[in-house]
Order: sequence, then structure tokens, then C-alpha cells
Amino acid sequence: MTINTIQEILEATIVSNTEDIDTINIKGACSADLMSDVLYYSSQDFLLITSLIKPQVIRTAVIAGIKIIVFTQDKKPDKDTIELAQQKKIPLLVTSFCTYTASGKLYQAGLAGIQKK
Amino acid sequence: MPIHQTIEGSFQLIGGNFSNAGDASIELKQKLTELGFNADIVRKAAIVTFEAEMNVIIYAAAGWLRYYITPEQLKIIVEDMGPGIEDIDLAMQDGYSTAPEWVREMGWGAGMGLPNMKKNSDVFKIDSVVGEGTTVEMIMYIQ
Repeated sequence: MTINTIQEILEATIVSNTEDIDTINIKGACSADLMSDVLYYSSQDFLLITSLIKPQVIRTAVIAGIKIIVFTQDKKPDKDTIELAQQKKIPLLVTSFCTYTASGKLYQAGLAGIQKK
Repeated sequence: MPIHQTIEGSFQLIGGNFSNAGDASIELKQKLTELGFNADIVRKAAIVTFEAEMNVIIYAAAGWLRYYITPEQLKIIVEDMGPGIEDIDLAMQDGYSTAPEWVREMGWGAGMGLPNMKKNSDVFKIDSVVGEGTTVEMIMYIQ
């Protein structure tokens, strides 16, 4: 799934962009606010849906192979988090939907959940 | 890039230093990628070092992360000067955590750190002395 489709479904705003944003192809997703839960389900080329807007999320994304982060409940990351995301080339989206609804909308559109390995 | 000899390195970790938390693991991940390891091993190594690094930063005063890369395996040893773990079996259970609320607010303390390290390693050893510290040794075989 492309970032354009994700943005459209979630009516999201892009708050951090990367040059190769159009080449990203998301293959799965997971929703979590605790980072070790994200690492437990980590896979390649996946999307994280979270309401946690700390820089830790960006570092976790780099480690875990997360390609895009969606922040829910209209929570906007601060300047430091955005700067770190730009440096690490992780696009950030903000949606006004809650985590449950955002996850449901993407799942309904065909984006599968990351399976436990 | 073929590896003919042991490549080793280390990072010093400072407890409570959340602003740079994860930098050691990200640097090691970058190094493994440059050495040409396959994506699966790189991902697993990054996850185990990140979890171990975060444990030092959350719980300990300080620690060291050391890595040794040979043609056969990647070994990561993380040693800390921390409070130690009273009951290792309990700490290894999925979801068990002693992290305070402020740590959870930062996105840590899910109680999945040690289980994630074990799950992503081929060999996982943990040794802890209450009041002195904890040492974790993890090996990933290179296929």
C-alpha cells in the first residue's frame, strides 16, 4: 500500500517527508504504544500506528524496519521528533482518528497485520 | 563483504541518557548492513541490542555493549552496573515488568525486552547479581 493511499484513507497530514516517499510500499502494519511490543512483531516494510509521539518511536522504527509512522488522535510530534524522523528518513503522518479506528480502516482496505514469527 | 577475522567494537552506555538511547544499536545496525549481512540477521541483531541498550538506560547506572563478529557468528555482550534481577525466570516471562510509570509513558516497560532478546538470538545467556548488575550474552549464527 502506498503512502498516498494511507494518507487518503486516514485523512492524514504528512508532518515529515522523505525524498523517496513515493517508492515506499507498505506490506503490513501493527498498532502499539509500547516499543517492545512493536519489536516483538517487527518485520520488513511495515507501518506503525501509535499514539506515542516521543523520539523513541523514531529510533524504534529505524531498528525494527518500520517505513512509515502514523500518529493517531491528532497528536502532533514535537520539533525534535520531526527532526529525528527527517534525519532517519521516516515519513510521519498524523490522523485525527483514534488508534482503533485508524487500524480498522487500513485493515478493511486490505493492509494485513504483522504476524508473530 | 566477506569477514576473514574478528571484527569487534564497544559502546559505553549511560543510565538515564534517553536523549541518545538507541544510538549504539543504530550504529551497529549500520555497520552490519555495510558488512553485507542479510536483512534478517541485521534486524534481529538490531532488536536484541536495542532492547539490551534500553534496559541499561532504564535500570542501570552505566554499562557496556560489546560486539564480536566472526565468519561464523555475531556475539553481543551487554554488561551493566545496575540493580540486578531478583528472579530471572519471572523476568523472562512475556509481559512481566518492574518499570515505573514514567518509563511506560516513554514507551518502554512492556515486559517484552528480555523475551525479545531470547526470541531473536540463537544462544541467549543471562547472569545477574542483585546489587551488582546484569550481563546478557547473545549469539546469532551466520548462515
